Order: sequence, then C-alpha cells, then structure tokens
Amino acid sequence: MFEEGSIISQLLVERLNYFIYVVLLLIGLWAMIAKNNLIKKLIGMSIFQTAIILFYVSIGVKEGATIPIYLPEHDPHGSHASAEHNDTTASGPQVLEASKVSGYTNPLPHVLMLTAIVVGVATLGLALSICLRIYRGYGTVEEDDLLLKLEQEDSQNSGGFKKRRPRRRPSSAKAASGATRAASSEKSKSEKTGQGNRRSRSKSPAKKSQSSPASEGKKPARRRPRSKKPKEGDS
Amino acid sequence: MKRVALIVVLLIGLLLAWAARDFPSWGDPHAPASSSPVSSHFISSTGVDTEVPNMVTAVLADYRGFDTMFETVVVFIAGLAVVSILRGGPRRRTRDREFVVDFEPDLIVTNTVRLIVPVIQIFAFYVLAHGHVSPGGGFQGGVAMGASFILIALSWDLKTALARFPLNRCFTVAALGIVIYAGIGLLSMFLGGEFLDYAHLARVFPVSPEMARYHAMLGVEIGVGFTVTAIMFALYASLSTDGRMRDGL
Repeated sequence: MFEEGSIISQLLVERLNYFIYVVLLLIGLWAMIAKNNLIKKLIGMSIFQTAIILFYVSIGVKEGATIPIYLPEHDPHGSHASAEHNDTTASGPQVLEASKVSGYTNPLPHVLMLTAIVVGVATLGLALSICLRIYRGYGTVEEDDLLLKLEQEDSQNSGGFKKRRPRRRPSSAKAASGATRAASSEKSKSEKTGQGNRRSRSKSPAKKSQSSPASEGKKPARRRPRSKKPKEGDS
Repeated sequence: MKRVALIVVLLIGLLLAWAARDFPSWGDPHAPASSSPVSSHFISSTGVDTEVPNMVTAVLADYRGFDTMFETVVVFIAGLAVVSILRGGPRRRTRDREFVVDFEPDLIVTNTVRLIVPVIQIFAFYVLAHGHVSPGGGFQGGVAMGASFILIALSWDLKTALARFPLNRCFTVAALGIVIYAGIGLLSMFLGGEFLDYAHLARVFPVSPEMARYHAMLGVEIGVGFTVTAIMFALYASLSTDGRMRDGL
C-alpha cells in the first residue's frame, strides 16, 4: 500500500504537507457550508484561512536555506559584520551571486502571509460584529431560525420593496390588520408598556417617548421586531 | 442539504489532492516559487537597493509598499466598520443582564499584569524599530502593542483600559498611522519620484538614496504599527461589549 510510486504513498508520504492543508481546508469548507451556526461558520472560515496561510508558508521553504535576513557576511552594513569590517565598507553592498541566493528562502510568501494574517483578524472582527448585530436584531445566530424569521418578516410586509425599507412599517401594518392579528396586537401593546417601563429604568430616551404622543406612536413600533424575541425566549 | 455539502466538499478534496501530486516536494530548491526571477531578484539586490538586511521588511514596505498601504487601510476600515455597526441601533437588554457578574479585579492578576505590560510594550517597540535588521515590523509590533492594552482590559476591566486609550484616540492614532504612511509616499512624489518611491527623499534628507529608503521604511512601519495597535484594541473593546463600551469583559 505504501510502496514507491503508488497514489497513496505520493499523497501521504511525499506530499504529506499538502495533504494536511487539503484536510484543513476541507474542514473549514465543511464548516462554512454545512454548519447552521454563524459563529461556527466563521470558525470554519478561520480554519480555511489557516490552511491557505500554511500552504503559502510551506511553499517558501527551501532546503539548506536560512531565513530571508542577510547573514553578517552579506549584510549591507559592514558594522554588523565585525570581523571583516574594513572589507565590506571598502566594497559596499553587492548584488549576491546565484549560489548565495539559494542560501536564503523566498521572502515573498512570508510577506504575503504577514499582511494576510492581520487583515484576516480585521475581517474576522468585522464578521463577528455583524453576527453580534444579527443576534441583537433577531435573537439568534442559527441560520435556519434566522431564515424563518426573515421569511415571517417578509410575509408580513407583502407590499413592494417600498414598505420593506423602514423597520417600523410592517409592525404598524400588522397591528392595523385583521381579526387574527388582534390578539397579537394586544400583546404587543402590553409589551410596549412593559418596554416603556424597562426603558425608563435605563436612562436616556424614555422621557421623550412618554411626553409626546407622536413619538410614542413611532418609537415602540420601531422596537417591535425585536421586542418579540425576549418574549419567545421567556416562554 | 448536509449530504450535498458533503459531496461538494469531498469532490473539492479529491480535486485538490489530485492537484497536490503536481506540486513540488517539501523544501525543493528548484521549485517554481523558489527559482522564480522575482524572488531571486529580491534576495540578491535588496541589500544594494535599500541596505536593509531583512528582505521581508524590504519587500513589504518598499517593493510592495502600495499593497501594504492599502492593507493598512483595510485594517482601518474594518475597525471603523466594526465600531459603527455595533454602536447605536436597537438593543436587547433583557438577556444580557443575566450575565453581568459583580467582580473585583484580582490582586495577583492585576499586579502581575502591572509588571508585564511595560515589558510587552517595550518589546513591541523593539519589534517595530528593529523590523529592518531582525524578524519584526509594523504589523507584529502593532499587534503586540494592542495585546498589551487588551491585557489591561482583561485583568482590570474595560473602563481602566479605555481610560488609558479612549476610543476616539484609537481612531485618531489609526488615522495618523495611515497619514504617516501616505505622507511619506506623497512626500516622495512631490520630490520628483513616484508615489512611495522613497529614494527621492534623499533630496531633502542628508543621506544616500539607499539609506533614504532604509529610513522611510522605518517611518512606514511606524505608521502601520500605529494603525494596527489602535484597531486591535478598538476591535476588542467594541466586540467584547457589544458596542456599548462599558461592562465588558
């Protein structure tokens, strides 16, 4: 099975590094496609990214070569190479010949991955913040729950895209609509008052919503979609 | 759904494994990447062009300076986006109240951190300033510096860390980093070269063109370090508190 030249030997012995990256990449891809939780998808994305970073770094490996920093004898600044100080200052920095070039690894993959790692952290932070915001709006980061809630919201504002933009429209339309919704609108009213109490416990805009009826009509309605969730969580 | 995903993933895996057979073996000196004219040019003439011993820094900040500048901008924009996504908007307050625990900063932890943080910060400066001659540079030093502030936030609380590095100052510093980077590029443009062509800085500074590139790289790395430090801490601060900037971890 592991004899010379067979496919498995080629994969698992000679090209073991690539095999590991492929496996890591597949784990990440699987997590991104098949997992339901958005955070798990992000973890998958990070694993995927790690696989690619490892792949690039391993491409930079050169046998018998050192890191891409000049050794003292090639250092452009003679002072670093104390022994042949006078020698190097006399000749100055020189272009390395081909035999010396093979003594250093390729700097390019390191450079590319250096920036990729930091930018990866920044984009991961961005993705996490979007997840937090989704959780704040819908109370879940599970994809199927999320799709369900999005569908519900869509069916509530069955009008054109005009109605969809502001968040408060659908809930007010819903409260105004037929007998089936009456119970729910009542519930939402009681919720509104509860919300108002909670608001007044926290500091800022509670006063405003109590004082002017117009803003009261608007504000709680805007809070509607998410005021639904805590109730579900409680029940 | 999962079955389709499994099939897709396995297919891609087979493809990649099949393609891996054509790749060069581990550490092959004659691999295309290692024997390409670009990499051998970087290795052979970095010393002549820039007098910087660390080729990675030279490629990062000089040969590929344009790329690195926009990577820094990406980091900056990501930080801005995180803060503006999390700040404001409706909040769910019933649920997260349950997780608030009253706690005192631990004596042993805070005192250890008090001793460690200056060392971390000096190390960050060292990594940043010695990016030319040893492994290091703006990104690494910036991350180490940002980690020191995150450590303060973890061991005391976020308020203590934000008192030392408020969020507005984070973005001022981050923008300053990009301004330093782009400013060096623009300066070399006004002196007759191309954007980020540091060799032309030698006209105003009393150094050779090579040493001008050497020192401009240090300036550029400092700019990168500023941005990365500030954005790392801003990311942590806004993600750990859901954008409220209080009662965080």
